[in-house]
Amino acid sequence: MDTNLIFTLCGVGLCGLGFFGFIYHRHLLRRLIAFNLIGNGTFLVMVGFAQRGQGVTDHVIQALVLTGIVVAVAATALGLVLIRRWFQLKGSTQLPEDDAS
Amino acid sequence: MNMILSPIPWLLVIPLAGATLTMLLPYHWRSAASVVGIFTQLMASVILWYQVTHYGPQFYAMADWQAPLGISLRADGLATLFVLMSSLVASACAFYAHHYLSLHKRANFWPLLWFLWASLNGIWLAADTFNLYVGLELLTFAAVGLVAFASDERSLEASIRYLYAALLGSMAYLLGVALLYGAQGTLAMDSLAETWQWGPTTQVAVTLILGGLLLKTAVFPLHTWLPPAHGGALTPVSALLSALVIKASFYILLRFWIEFQIYQFLPSLSQLLGALGAGAILWGGWMALRQTHLKMVVAYSTVAQIGYMTLMFPLLVAENSEASMLAYQGGILMLLAHAFAKAGMFLAAGNLIFCTGKPDLVSLAGMSRYRPLNIFAFGLAGVSLMGLPPSGGFNAKWMLLQSSFMSGQWWWIVVLLLGSLLSAAYIFRVFAYTYQETDALDTYKRPRLSLELIALSLSGISILLGFASLWPLEMISLPGPVMEALP
Repeated sequence: MDTNLIFTLCGVGLCGLGFFGFIYHRHLLRRLIAFNLIGNGTFLVMVGFAQRGQGVTDHVIQALVLTGIVVAVAATALGLVLIRRWFQLKGSTQLPEDDAS
Repeated sequence: MNMILSPIPWLLVIPLAGATLTMLLPYHWRSAASVVGIFTQLMASVILWYQVTHYGPQFYAMADWQAPLGISLRADGLATLFVLMSSLVASACAFYAHHYLSLHKRANFWPLLWFLWASLNGIWLAADTFNLYVGLELLTFAAVGLVAFASDERSLEASIRYLYAALLGSMAYLLGVALLYGAQGTLAMDSLAETWQWGPTTQVAVTLILGGLLLKTAVFPLHTWLPPAHGGALTPVSALLSALVIKASFYILLRFWIEFQIYQFLPSLSQLLGALGAGAILWGGWMALRQTHLKMVVAYSTVAQIGYMTLMFPLLVAENSEASMLAYQGGILMLLAHAFAKAGMFLAAGNLIFCTGKPDLVSLAGMSRYRPLNIFAFGLAGVSLMGLPPSGGFNAKWMLLQSSFMSGQWWWIVVLLLGSLLSAAYIFRVFAYTYQETDALDTYKRPRLSLELIALSLSGISILLGFASLWPLEMISLPGPVMEALP
């Protein structure tokens, strides 16, 4: 089995795990970590799926993943700032459940 | 074309420079620097409009780095129209914010506004799917920051919800793009359109992209994050979010749908989108009718209006080119009219709340006597949102109705008419509160005249669009990738 295919499958697995965590958990930090799992899974899919069966490195996709990682770090930082502020204000690590939406 | 002559790079460089500069400058200088930036931005948009109408679509490779590694930009008629729309609305909101916010707030508002503007222009002008992703993410960060800017508990909660929904949406989009690249070997929109092949991978990719973008556009039933975020933010921010930010993901969806001719191959998916749009119109209108806070009424009205825009997807049918063209034009006109009307309505609502000092509808009593100009601005925007003639909203709805007739899809006509009744109901309900007279002696604050005039001019533009609809319609009919892909 091609290594890139293994990467792809791992990526899909990580995405699935992350998605489950994102929906299932209520703790804000856990959800942020779950988002990071989805992100990492996506990057693995990007690298693995695009380079499968080629035997050569694809520079474009590596540049994209690097950009993607930077964006994900920025997203995590913003999320952390908001969660910290929420904790300072309410002393809680989760959002109140919405009764009317 | 080199950088000096083409306005395209300036549309990105000025806002990015503005964001950095306004963060570094002392507080008192930030507004002055931003005013200079706003005028150059407006100028660049007008120059781009001139070039596109006279010389056809424009292309630009940042720093002469060609695709696939470089960032390539393109401006066709549709992109130019959106650049002009966002420049006008963002400038109006910026001037409003300058008068509305305190010095300290204002100083921190500018960098976020410029980031927002840069990412909007980046999305309108992007020529490849990955740059669209970067634009979407930057837009999310700026928008979430702006929602949290009201710095109270409710807006913080709204901004966290918004951030999580938006992150999930953009990750789904990125995963879709990754699969597309794996399947087709390219990221550029035009080469993707040329080599597009349906297969299991492409189908999964399209589903992911569609889901992500629907979540980010807040299409029913994925809209729950929108009302608290748009209703809870500061007034100029609410206007920016409802008028421009949700349009960005809608724009990407539209480009995918038409340029890759998804509408031809998956007509059942188009019907599903239409059904979601119908749900949004009815549910959004119904919920707007039941709100007790003025800005929440306006926010739920945005949910309903997104539904009207989504209705254009089932009306794009491959067999009937005339109906498709009408749907495309009607949908874009709807979007344009909504951008101006909703910005005007949010600003007028913000002025009213400033007067009474309370956010709820009941305290609006007597406002139509006390602030007639402001109520007039709210009403003009309402006329366009309800779709009464003469207004941009009326022309747009008329075109969508005609398109439904032509393509024989009568069920959308029912939805359009019911939706108009609902929007009339929730707008007149607000009016009813303003005409009530209470015996209680209230003290009202008087907003500055400039704040009322800005709201009035935005609402006025949405009415004027009813008389000048031809102009934007000619613009989006200029030759370009979208026009080539339409039947």
